[in-house]
Amino acid sequence: MKKNAKFALLIVLILGTLAWIGTSAVSSTKSYYKTISEVQTLNDNARSERLRVAGDIQTGSIHKNGPETDFTLTQEHQTLKVAYTGEDPLPDTFRDGAQALAEGKLGADGVFRANHIQAKCSSKYQSKPGQAPAGLKPVTASKASL
Amino acid sequence: MENIGALAILLALCVALYAAVASVVGKLKSKPYLILSGERAVLAVWVLITVASGILVYALITGDFHFAYAAGHSNHAMPTLYKFTAWWGGQEGSVLFWGWLLSSYSVIVVLQNQRRHRQMMPYVVAILSGVQSFFLFLSAFLVSPFEVLVSSVTHAITPVVDGLGLNPQLQYPAMAIHPPMLYLGYVGFTVPFAFAMASLITKQKGDAWIHTTRRWTIVAWLFLSVGIILGSGWAYHALGWGGYWAWDPVENASLLPWLSGTAFLHSVMMQEKKGMMKIWNMVLVASTFFLCIFGTFLTRSGVVSSVHAFAQSPIGKYFVGFLTIGIAATVYLILERRKFLKSESHLESVVSRESSFLFNNLVLLASCFAVLWGTLFPVITEALSDEKIGLDKEWFNRLMIPIGLFLLLLTGVGPLFAWRRTSGESLRKNFLVPCAAGLTLAAVLFAGGARSPYGIVALSFCMFVMCAILLEFYRGSRAIHQKDGVNYLKAAIELTHRNTRRYGGYLVHMGIVLMFVGWSGSAFNQNIMADVGIGDTVHIGPYAVEAVDFHTGDNGNYVWDSAELKVSKNGDYLGEMEPEKRLYTVSKQGLTHVAIRTRLNEDLYISLASVEQNGQKLTATLQLWVFPLVTWIWIGTAVLVFGTLVALLPSKVARQYARTEVVGVTRKHAVVES
Repeated sequence: MKKNAKFALLIVLILGTLAWIGTSAVSSTKSYYKTISEVQTLNDNARSERLRVAGDIQTGSIHKNGPETDFTLTQEHQTLKVAYTGEDPLPDTFRDGAQALAEGKLGADGVFRANHIQAKCSSKYQSKPGQAPAGLKPVTASKASL
Repeated sequence: MENIGALAILLALCVALYAAVASVVGKLKSKPYLILSGERAVLAVWVLITVASGILVYALITGDFHFAYAAGHSNHAMPTLYKFTAWWGGQEGSVLFWGWLLSSYSVIVVLQNQRRHRQMMPYVVAILSGVQSFFLFLSAFLVSPFEVLVSSVTHAITPVVDGLGLNPQLQYPAMAIHPPMLYLGYVGFTVPFAFAMASLITKQKGDAWIHTTRRWTIVAWLFLSVGIILGSGWAYHALGWGGYWAWDPVENASLLPWLSGTAFLHSVMMQEKKGMMKIWNMVLVASTFFLCIFGTFLTRSGVVSSVHAFAQSPIGKYFVGFLTIGIAATVYLILERRKFLKSESHLESVVSRESSFLFNNLVLLASCFAVLWGTLFPVITEALSDEKIGLDKEWFNRLMIPIGLFLLLLTGVGPLFAWRRTSGESLRKNFLVPCAAGLTLAAVLFAGGARSPYGIVALSFCMFVMCAILLEFYRGSRAIHQKDGVNYLKAAIELTHRNTRRYGGYLVHMGIVLMFVGWSGSAFNQNIMADVGIGDTVHIGPYAVEAVDFHTGDNGNYVWDSAELKVSKNGDYLGEMEPEKRLYTVSKQGLTHVAIRTRLNEDLYISLASVEQNGQKLTATLQLWVFPLVTWIWIGTAVLVFGTLVALLPSKVARQYARTEVVGVTRKHAVVES
């Protein structure tokens, strides 16, 4: 075989394999980002898909129930009950008022069964009125001195 | 103070813009004084940014809480070290820090090249100052670190009593230096990029830009590597979720330029030795630079990780604009100058060193693209179909594990192939021992009961590559040993010293192999979650963990629960471990303090999820892992750092080496080392 043909064949083989692995893995690892209001109006077809739902953890809603952790996500006055049953321990940032992203499926009872949770503290200032007094806001120096 | 700081940034922006314009105009109109003033302006920018940074750091350390940034990222209780690291702890500070690092690098470039590369320097200065101006623009107008807190009632500047402080998870030594390491890497790639573009603009013949930036590239690559691993080590030791890599967008952001930078480090050898892949190298150095900017953007804007962050982030669209303009200009320049980048030789055989470099590049770039694709998948799908779809870490693992293994194999195979073509005889001679060793290990593992295909393949590849590298050292040392009569250790040191670049490179490969050993261990991880009362015992692998007592306390800063555990292995008592769970009083932030028993063969890793009153008795929820071989990741990193430092040393016999290696290449390449 010609040398260039060999190179071309190898390159196509390698890239083809990778593209094949990449595309075939999508269907089993993908999940759809949905808002809480979208989750509540899902049709049955979409219920079998994995979803990612973001929201704030409602204060006081976290309850540990054996291996399961229950809590409520809220976003724009909509709420969603979530039951976390994943293997990983919950992140330290998971607490009342934090922003969380729950990954899992919606159960028939309307409770979201999550097996993966990401959480982060919401933006430093706004979330903690107790410390930065509510009346204060950051302003560029030049404007402040006017 | 805040006015001086803001003014310094604004002035720095003006001076940086002046430096860019003056250099180019000076070059075009042949006015040396203008060019010189551009270089002086680079120094002035450094002074100005340093003043601004100094003011910010002073405010953070002294707790001047009328600064919004200090109030948000520092507090009185924090140790001084972390007050200082708060400089890059938040968005505003980190953009300023980026600018300060770039400015420091630019000063070094200017000072180093007062006599050298006079043709290219005006454009190098212009490009560095252009990038600098972008970051100064962000600091001056969009994410100013010098905002003050103003009461919305009285409109007077009103300091808070104490700041919020740094997230306790970040108050960890590795995390203190992880961001600057990453940034030193990110920013460092600006310099090779600037030289590459300057070389194109001035139509330089030869590879001056590669030679002059080789050390820059290696240093930037080293910082990036260390930064990535520090982040990984922090995740393992401080986050308590029992892992070191999760294909999180922010992690991926740092991996992308590392992958393309690694490809670049390899493919420049093709240009230096054979005059090949010139366009490719331009593309790679530019990609690496833009991926560094992109990484900063991804880390800072949160475009992927949170749902609506793209619209919220004030700097996102400016980054997109900067990237678009920069990439368009670079593509135009490379296309315009492509006739200066003609290849001087051709590939001769599939079984050759050239070919192994080619495939190394292909796969590194493919993996870079795959990571980019996976990271941006939510953004891409949302743009194309209105449906935002994310890929989880399983997708990355499925794709990246085979890629990683293939690259590992190439690490061993590549150096065994000869330049141009490899004879069957030399293949037999070079491959026999490593292949035999690899296959033997696979058989031993299988006989020992290991059944994970990836685990077995990965470890036998590691064995193969390690043998191949050791054989290279052995052969070279034996020649010196026989000729000079010194012992093998001295001969190996002498060998390395004679060609630091080659053998330093092999040491880096060795580090990578050891890291792969550590990663392979994850194929054999064990994991169990258990609720235990006092007196209960949990078994995991060979370990038995008995809960002796639970403690709780409050030290003002945080409330803590801990579990006192007695650990034994196969019946032998090993000692106590005490994982802890903290809740910081002020920030209401939890912190898991894991207990890890580290050994070379495996780590026992215990995390305390919670302690709860369950009727009459206390129950603790424990998460236990056994991580085989994980320590080799950190050992491999140390070897990688050592190897990179060796590669940075000048070779003892650089000139002779250059001559022997360039046989068969045009004469003009033989003089490049001088």
